[in-house]
Amino acid sequence: MEIDWFPLWLSLRVALLSTALAFAGGLWIAYLLANRQFRGKDLLDAAVTLPFVLPPTVLGYYLLVLLGRASPLGKLWEAIFGSPLVFTWKAAVVAALLHALPLLVKSARAALESVDRSYERAARNLGASEWKLFWRVTMPLAWRSILAATALAFARSLGDFGVTLMVAGNIPGRTQTVAVAIYQAVESGNGALARTLVLIVSAAALLLLTLANRLSPSRL
Amino acid sequence: MLQARLRKSFDPQPDSAGFTLDLEFSATAGVTVLFGPSGAGKTLVLDCVAGFTPPDEGRILLDNQILYDAAARVYLPPQKRNCGYVFQNYALFPHMTLRENLAFAAERKPRLERHRRVQDMLEKFRLAEAAGRRPHEVSGGQRQRCCIARALIAEPKLLLLDEPATGLDAVLRAEFYEVLRQVRSDFATPMLLVTHDLTECFELGEEMLILHGGKIVQKGTPRTVLDEPATLEVARLLGAFNLLDCEIRTLDPGRNTSRLQVGEFELEGPYFPGHLKGDRVTLCVRPEQLKASARNGKPGPNQIPAALLRAVERPHGVRLEFSGGGVPGPVRVTLSRAEYESQRDNREWVVQFPADALRVL
Repeated sequence: MEIDWFPLWLSLRVALLSTALAFAGGLWIAYLLANRQFRGKDLLDAAVTLPFVLPPTVLGYYLLVLLGRASPLGKLWEAIFGSPLVFTWKAAVVAALLHALPLLVKSARAALESVDRSYERAARNLGASEWKLFWRVTMPLAWRSILAATALAFARSLGDFGVTLMVAGNIPGRTQTVAVAIYQAVESGNGALARTLVLIVSAAALLLLTLANRLSPSRL
Repeated sequence: MLQARLRKSFDPQPDSAGFTLDLEFSATAGVTVLFGPSGAGKTLVLDCVAGFTPPDEGRILLDNQILYDAAARVYLPPQKRNCGYVFQNYALFPHMTLRENLAFAAERKPRLERHRRVQDMLEKFRLAEAAGRRPHEVSGGQRQRCCIARALIAEPKLLLLDEPATGLDAVLRAEFYEVLRQVRSDFATPMLLVTHDLTECFELGEEMLILHGGKIVQKGTPRTVLDEPATLEVARLLGAFNLLDCEIRTLDPGRNTSRLQVGEFELEGPYFPGHLKGDRVTLCVRPEQLKASARNGKPGPNQIPAALLRAVERPHGVRLEFSGGGVPGPVRVTLSRAEYESQRDNREWVVQFPADALRVL
């Protein structure tokens, strides 16, 4: 049987990119939530958690409205990059990001908050800037938990289905991620392909979760 | 030199009463002790000085540099205050070796000088051989020395110590006092030490500030504070006194005498300025100032017959507790081991109140 490996590679690429983006953005949001007092903090926290609870169709709908070709953001994207965002693999990255981000923010915030405040006080007292304090004290003490969270976020973004289908579509060879490919394989009665992909995805997820558990000091 | 005037209020919460810190003090070279019970606001004072907690009002001056001034809206962040802080749990960075801990603190110094300073400090605080190990791999004594060295390496203008000896065993504690005395003589840094241990005040303190309920209730050397507690409150906080209700029967400034009614007996004491005949006062006398001996017939002047309730062995003698003579509450007397041994078979006792030891509050 000829297996098309494209969906797997696409998913890997999408997951890597969205995890990287989620890491950068999520760490920053987690830092703000853990260290700063500001108006709308609770709202930000809730907004970041929202993708956990909303149905994929709702999220997909929002993304289409927000990023579609008629929206200001979509137009801006098209003006800069010359092509629309929706129904490309980049939209799949956005869809995966939506699921990776809350996982990362939640866990990274908990990890940052679990660092004993007296270390941070000591660093400030010794003249360390907030930047130096974060990278030289807080992060080294929290990195295991944060890395575990990143592994989880990666696993989660590897397997998104609903939102990806809505904003990136199901274009074989272009936007068809592994989750979507499995759906199509089942629908079209291609049992062998579905079985292979299912096994590969399950094995990868199992591996990532084991890794995350190994990393986190307190089991997630 | 540190000069501080601080005011900070906490509104009452459902689970805690309100609290107001309101005090003014200065600390010069040497050790100034902030003494007080838990919840008196001692650590809050350190946190305000270090810049971890903003006061509501006041002014903090360190060697003519303004760290905080409510009126002028000056509030330096902790990074710019140049106050070393020795934390109760030391807060050594667990992922760094002792050397890296010191180097972290020395990074504001020029690169060339940095390495030499770290090495100097490691040697001065006898940490050279443990320098490559992490805090959890070294002894408690090395940890505490490292913490002090780390606080001093950036040449702070003030060293803040938050109950650094709490929870240490006797050996480490003695070692710690020795290190601090060394610091006092080698570095000119004024130190502000928080403690609730009276012995520690005597070990280290040149000046003692007694805090209670967010206010300074007495200042002075540990000796004067113990000899002349300013108020009944201070005497209670120090916990080192017999405090007995009594009434002034006579006062004679000419002969510098007075008579006090304690229970059923009258004691002769010195003249108490500022009091009137008939005042209900509290007699304040330390257990080691009293004597206890066998009763021979009628009790003599300033003796009160009493029954021994119990004798408790102490490291430096024996603490006896008496009751009797209508005296409210037990009377505690400290005798040396030898004095007690020679009298332990006494059936009836008298407690002797030396006239010149008596104070009233």
